[in-house]
Amino acid sequence: MKFGILVNEGPFTHQASDSAYRFVLAALEKGHEIYRVFFYHDGVNNANKLSEPQSDDRDLVKLWSALGTEREIDLVVCVAAALRRGVKDDILAEGFRISGLGQLIEAGVESDRLVVFGD
Amino acid sequence: MDDFDEFDGDGPEVVKRFMYVNRRAPYGTVYALECLETILIAAAFEQDVSVVFMDDGVYQLKKDQDTAAIGMKNFSPTYRALEGYEVEKLYVEKESLEERGLTAEDLVVPVKVLNSAELQEIMAAQDVVLSS
Repeated sequence: MKFGILVNEGPFTHQASDSAYRFVLAALEKGHEIYRVFFYHDGVNNANKLSEPQSDDRDLVKLWSALGTEREIDLVVCVAAALRRGVKDDILAEGFRISGLGQLIEAGVESDRLVVFGD
Repeated sequence: MDDFDEFDGDGPEVVKRFMYVNRRAPYGTVYALECLETILIAAAFEQDVSVVFMDDGVYQLKKDQDTAAIGMKNFSPTYRALEGYEVEKLYVEKESLEERGLTAEDLVVPVKVLNSAELQEIMAAQDVVLSS
């Protein structure tokens, strides 16, 4: 199955991004396709490479980034939500790209299922 | 909105049923405002869009909002612009309205009031459900 993923929360206050990440890994493991992961609301903070979690904590920015670079998963950050929160190209972790909300609608159209992670 | 440029104007190849479920009060968190932005984009991409207001989400449509004291922009007039984007399927959950002492007359736009069982049926018929 082809999945689109929407991540609505940042990497620390909520578990949503962790759950989405694990869902993506599990789906890939089972041979499914991930059409795109779209980051909206505070979810755009998952792409901020200035984030420095404590050394004994998982680093979701790096984990997502690796999915983008090593597994070539399309990681898209909403431009409007990102600008509000100061997430711009110069602080964007590798593997992410910034684009418009149209990319979310496209993910809904092109995927068999769009799975939303958030409250 | 700054991302309409992706829409080429030739009409979409696939039209899916997109339902937005608004469950939160308009202020206090950013979800309602940012969800409204997504609704406008889906409409611009000529998808079959419907919007549900339930739980505290019904307050998003309340008439006579005055946000001066909290320093936030009152964005409730934007819901009146949805009709111009051909977003005409606005559903409000009956139980949520009643629990809050509201009626359809208290809202800024005409809506269809449905009970939770009726909403459930419409929700089950969607291709994409976005909740926030």
